[in-house]
Amino acid sequence: MTVETDVEPRRPDEHGVPDPFPLMHPLLKKNYGEWDWHDRLRPGVLHHVAKNGDEVWTVRAGTQRQMDVYTIRLLCDIADDLAEGHVRFTTRSNIEYMVSTEEQVEPLIKKLESEGFPVGGTGNSVSMISHTQGWLHCDIPGTDASGVVKSLMDELYEEFITEEMPNRVRITTSCCQINCGGQGDIAINVQYTKPPVINHDLVAGVCERPAVIARCPVAAIRPAMVNGKASLEVDEKKCVCCGACYPPCPPMQINSDESTKIAVWVGGKHSNARTKPTFHKLVAANLPNNAPRWPEVAAVVKKILFAYKEDARHFERVGEWIDRIGWTRFFELTDLSFTHHMIDDFRSGRETLNASAHVHF
Amino acid sequence: MANDKETSKHESPLLDQLESGPWPSFVTGLKRLADDDGTDHGTMMKDLVGQLEHSYKTRRGYWKGGTVSVFGYGGGIIPRFSEAADEFPDSKEFHTLRVQPPAGFHYDTKMLRDMCDIWEEHGSGLIAFHGQSGDIMFQGCKTEKVQDAFDELNKIGLDLGGAGPALRTSMSCVGHARCEQSCYDEVRAHRTIINAFLDEMHRPALPYKFKFKFSGCANDCVNAIHRADFAVIGTWRDDIKINQEEVKNYVKEAGRKYTIDNVITRCPTNALSLNDDDTLEIDNKSCVRCMHCINVMTKALSPGDDKGVSVLIGGKRSLKIGDTMGSMIIPFMKLETDEDYEALEELAEKCIDFFAENALEHERIGETIDRIGLQNFLEGIEVDVDINMISHPRTNSYVRTDDFDEEAEKWRQKHSKSGKEDLLAKTAAE
Repeated sequence: MTVETDVEPRRPDEHGVPDPFPLMHPLLKKNYGEWDWHDRLRPGVLHHVAKNGDEVWTVRAGTQRQMDVYTIRLLCDIADDLAEGHVRFTTRSNIEYMVSTEEQVEPLIKKLESEGFPVGGTGNSVSMISHTQGWLHCDIPGTDASGVVKSLMDELYEEFITEEMPNRVRITTSCCQINCGGQGDIAINVQYTKPPVINHDLVAGVCERPAVIARCPVAAIRPAMVNGKASLEVDEKKCVCCGACYPPCPPMQINSDESTKIAVWVGGKHSNARTKPTFHKLVAANLPNNAPRWPEVAAVVKKILFAYKEDARHFERVGEWIDRIGWTRFFELTDLSFTHHMIDDFRSGRETLNASAHVHF
Repeated sequence: MANDKETSKHESPLLDQLESGPWPSFVTGLKRLADDDGTDHGTMMKDLVGQLEHSYKTRRGYWKGGTVSVFGYGGGIIPRFSEAADEFPDSKEFHTLRVQPPAGFHYDTKMLRDMCDIWEEHGSGLIAFHGQSGDIMFQGCKTEKVQDAFDELNKIGLDLGGAGPALRTSMSCVGHARCEQSCYDEVRAHRTIINAFLDEMHRPALPYKFKFKFSGCANDCVNAIHRADFAVIGTWRDDIKINQEEVKNYVKEAGRKYTIDNVITRCPTNALSLNDDDTLEIDNKSCVRCMHCINVMTKALSPGDDKGVSVLIGGKRSLKIGDTMGSMIIPFMKLETDEDYEALEELAEKCIDFFAENALEHERIGETIDRIGLQNFLEGIEVDVDINMISHPRTNSYVRTDDFDEEAEKWRQKHSKSGKEDLLAKTAAE
């Protein structure tokens, strides 16, 4: 509904994408498109030099992404007092302060750290985990990504403030199998394990049944009359428990406190550096959705992360490391179990099989 | 507004456990807002904390969608009505305003403080920087406050983003503003394209969502290839620029073995060779512009001068055929003059129009291409085939080739012509 008020509502100004130039740090604006090179003075600090010799220092700090206005005002106070009033955010919710002299860097770092904002997330670090909305706001969440991320970042804090990984590590979380969190070197995603439980009294009133049937990736849903009411039924032998029917038809409840589990995937990569971009691959499933700290998930993630840290060569991302050592060795080094669930039987799955005599022992 | 008594604070023993530890805690922020007694947002956040604690206890979500919008727009608000409103009435409406970020995510403190003031008055006081599509998410607003909140945000130059079957909010990397690797003006591209199609964002009428993302180089810092229906990636087509003195300095500092192991042999097409005098030789014809050597040797190497963009179409997340990446449609186009930007806009319009007319309901463009084949899509958007669109030519024999000679002739003419031009240019230069 459009909200009704007594007076004629104002018509929106269709600004579109805000112009960043009035908001941008003056040195960034002045040297737009004219940068020459950069280096990193320490974890969390970037130093960029323009073709005309201008220099700018950037201090990067982690945030909790979902911020109350007091936190945002505190970040602004820091920008006004110790930086130059201009900030930006990275795609992984880190805040960046730009300053025009190197002398400003140390006091800024000290202040950020003393207020609880870790300085880091650059170079070969574990940057902030990109994440989704979860129980706080999503209509179809299997877990609370904010809580998973907070728990994990507490454990990976040292890896955020240092640059001691073989290459950058990008971790993602998603609260359902739609995977809004995206691809990651390590991905922590909800994996449902049971077919939806249907409230047949509500289906006809709430769900557009043909749309729900069309949504199923394995054609497991069909129309049915249940107790004299138009409803839907699920062929549970076919159902892959993906939850795709739940958003268009909430009476097909996919979540439960027991059957909503968490799976871990590895080897996704966005960048084209060295190898082409890749998708992450399933390596562990059925981990409990154990709020508020998800210790079982953290244990698996750390096992993978530290095996990678120990064994990978410089510049290998997680997926590139596995490409070199092979999956046999990956499962050995991480002490994870390889199961039939990891063989892709979905469309085009055959392309993922080993069609060669190349074998690892 | 139904309850007369002041909402009291809920116990939150599970959430409280997320306040310890070194990483900044979102729970502390939620509770700080809930502690604002006597304010609308404090009242709302008290029950919100209660409901979230309830979710942590039962491991279920309690939000359902609905329809809420602002005057003049059909999208941009994510309505959330609580299914646990009996127990937590003051957060029974907790809608999100998705607001488009400035290109490159730049802010000054005045803009951020203005946002805070508006949201403290009209919403929950909780803001996320940023959602996975790039939106600033103003989380938690009552239905009756949505219009006022939007009006105030709109007055300071902000606009709603996309939701539902529509053009979605876009994002661009820091790019030209602070990165020497950037190959085009991301701000201009981002704003030109999105602002040209705002109607598709504000009044949802597409088969499903459609996303643009703008990365200045193949490092793809905004994850465009994975996540955008239309990914614009900066590239160049002449030679990598080398400063040989800086190469020597790099080798001197990093060591010969390190340079060979971490730069030379990391080249995916073996296009690099370290000379005996520690200068670098690059076989630019074999280079695929992956960015690795440029990332590592930031002083010595940089993208060439003949810069432009590649466009990849069809990236998306799981629903419904599984994750797909964008695939190369335009290997190179210049993006410098007004005409270049018009050409990009025209391409975008053709893709959106094709999508609107040919996609099934709830189908992303990548899935449409999967269903109808690349060639039908190319015909629809009037783009010729190009070798860079494929990893390798087909391996199965099920194709009709009776018009092969004509097509081969077209190719020969097109390429011998440009070959001739190249030759002429070379001769002229000599």
